[in-house]
Amino acid sequence: MKRTVIAAAMALGALAMSAGWANADPVDDELEIDGVKMITRAKAPEGHPFDEVYSGWLFREADTRAMEADSIENPAMTAVDDGEAMWNKVEGTAGKSCASCHGNASESMKDVGAHFPKWDASTNKPINVELQINKCRTEQMGAEALPFDKGGQQELTTYIKYQSLGTPVSIDLSQGEMQKWWDQGKELYYTRTGQLNLSCASCHEVGMGKMIRADHLSQGQVNGFPLYRLKSGLTSVHNRFRGCIRDTRAEMPKAFSDELMALEVYVTWRGTGLSVETPAVRH
Amino acid sequence: MKSGRTILGAFAGGIALAVAFGVASAGEMAPGDIKIEDNMVAMSVSGADGNAEEGAAAFKNRGLGNCLACHVNSAMSKELFQGNIGPSLDGVAERYKPEELRAIVVNSKAVFGDETVMPGFYSLDVGKHVREDLVGKTILTSQQVEDIVAYLTTLK
Ligand code: HEC
Ligand code: HEC
Ligand code: HEC
Repeated sequence: MKRTVIAAAMALGALAMSAGWANADPVDDELEIDGVKMITRAKAPEGHPFDEVYSGWLFREADTRAMEADSIENPAMTAVDDGEAMWNKVEGTAGKSCASCHGNASESMKDVGAHFPKWDASTNKPINVELQINKCRTEQMGAEALPFDKGGQQELTTYIKYQSLGTPVSIDLSQGEMQKWWDQGKELYYTRTGQLNLSCASCHEVGMGKMIRADHLSQGQVNGFPLYRLKSGLTSVHNRFRGCIRDTRAEMPKAFSDELMALEVYVTWRGTGLSVETPAVRH
Repeated sequence: MKSGRTILGAFAGGIALAVAFGVASAGEMAPGDIKIEDNMVAMSVSGADGNAEEGAAAFKNRGLGNCLACHVNSAMSKELFQGNIGPSLDGVAERYKPEELRAIVVNSKAVFGDETVMPGFYSLDVGKHVREDLVGKTILTSQQVEDIVAYLTTLK
């Protein structure tokens, strides 16, 4: 029965697209994960180009949405388990695990992931969860920093963010020079790149709600990251940023470069008020 | 023998000359030399006529025009997944003259303004940090532009 409904909905969707009356709006649907209600629409913070911010979940097909709503179906829940195993694993010369200092993550990391990036006075830059993991590994554990997207970086990040499931995203721009990085991120967001001459805003602001080929363009929010892409598996924020930049036929900035950190600060702010959905599911 | 060579040599020279003239008289225009006046590009940018059939292929090819990423075209209803960032191109030949369609494809920004999302397909007015192997290159060749324009003129 459920299958039939989905198939019919998809057929209708294809029809809508080929006839050119594709849906311009995010769906009218509510997301609840394991009994926790997610905020998928929130009033935008002051100075935001939109009145309302929307989770990317509202732009996906019904079957993808259903997969995220059911944590048994969600393929990224294994990443949460893998992340938990890493949390408890002793590594490095100090003979410690994350748990040695932080104890039970469900208590010590509760809601922590919803407020990254933060200001890191020691490097005089913003820091995200991935880099905080590396900071603790190198400074507290005597272990090597994990390379981008490798060695369990995504799984451990997923596990930490998962401890904020449902918590509204908010970052503190009054810390250190966060405001300056926000400004730079905003500048980058509106800068056109590549041979195709497109900015993030071309697709996620001007094009929001429209179809680009088979893709229903969302606001490009990061509240669900790391997330599971049906095409390519577990995906980090910087990987997604790089992919979108590559699609404009531009050179991609390196992960954790100043450009992508500034962009992460700004784009995270653009999703202020949305629940952390990690690990979200997207197509 | 000697004269044979000369004749052959002269012949070869003639071909080379013809080829050189061919290019010159065909007059491919470099992107920077194209004048867009009154939202029109009057002359073929490749110097040759466009081929509508080739144009249809370049129009839908994701690595070339990829026009369906942003436009609906009912004449290609077999192609699933047509975008709608731009308007439907149904009947576009009735709204625009061929010279105007050429201007739109060559450099949409010169026609619709800098804010438009549509890329310029034969323009070097591009975004920052262009992928290294594409620096100085346009999205389409001048002939692909003409082919696509020829195809667009069939959309009535
Ligand atoms: C030897 C003790 C120690 C170990 C082991 C350790 N940390 Fe930390 N961690 C700290 C201290 C101290 C801070 C606060 C100062 C800082 O940011 O470095 C911190 C901060 C953090 C924060 C930021 C918390 C917040 O509220 O902003 C996160 C996240 C974190 N650690 C994760 C980890 C992870 C993941 C591991 C295992 C890879 C780990 N830590 C291992 C001591 C430790
Ligand atoms: C050519 C159009 C295009 C451009 C330009 C573009 N994106 Fe995207 N982006 C997409 C598409 C298509 C998707 C997948 C569908 C969606 O969520 O919009 C996507 C998805 C995303 C997502 C994931 C959203 C989610 O909920 O899963 C983020 C984050 C994102 N983009 C950020 C950016 C940033 C930052 C930039 C600028 C550096 C950018 N994008 C530029 C097309 C684009
Ligand atoms: C990234 C999206 C995008 C792509 C790709 C794109 N266009 Fe467009 N196109 C637009 C937008 C947006 C407009 C509306 C102009 C405006 O007001 O900005 C437009 C307008 C047009 C118009 C004028 C239509 C009218 O009725 O006014 C034509 C013709 C056109 N495009 C042809 C093409 C062709 C041919 C291609 C492929 C070679 C193409 N476009 C690729 C976005 C795109």
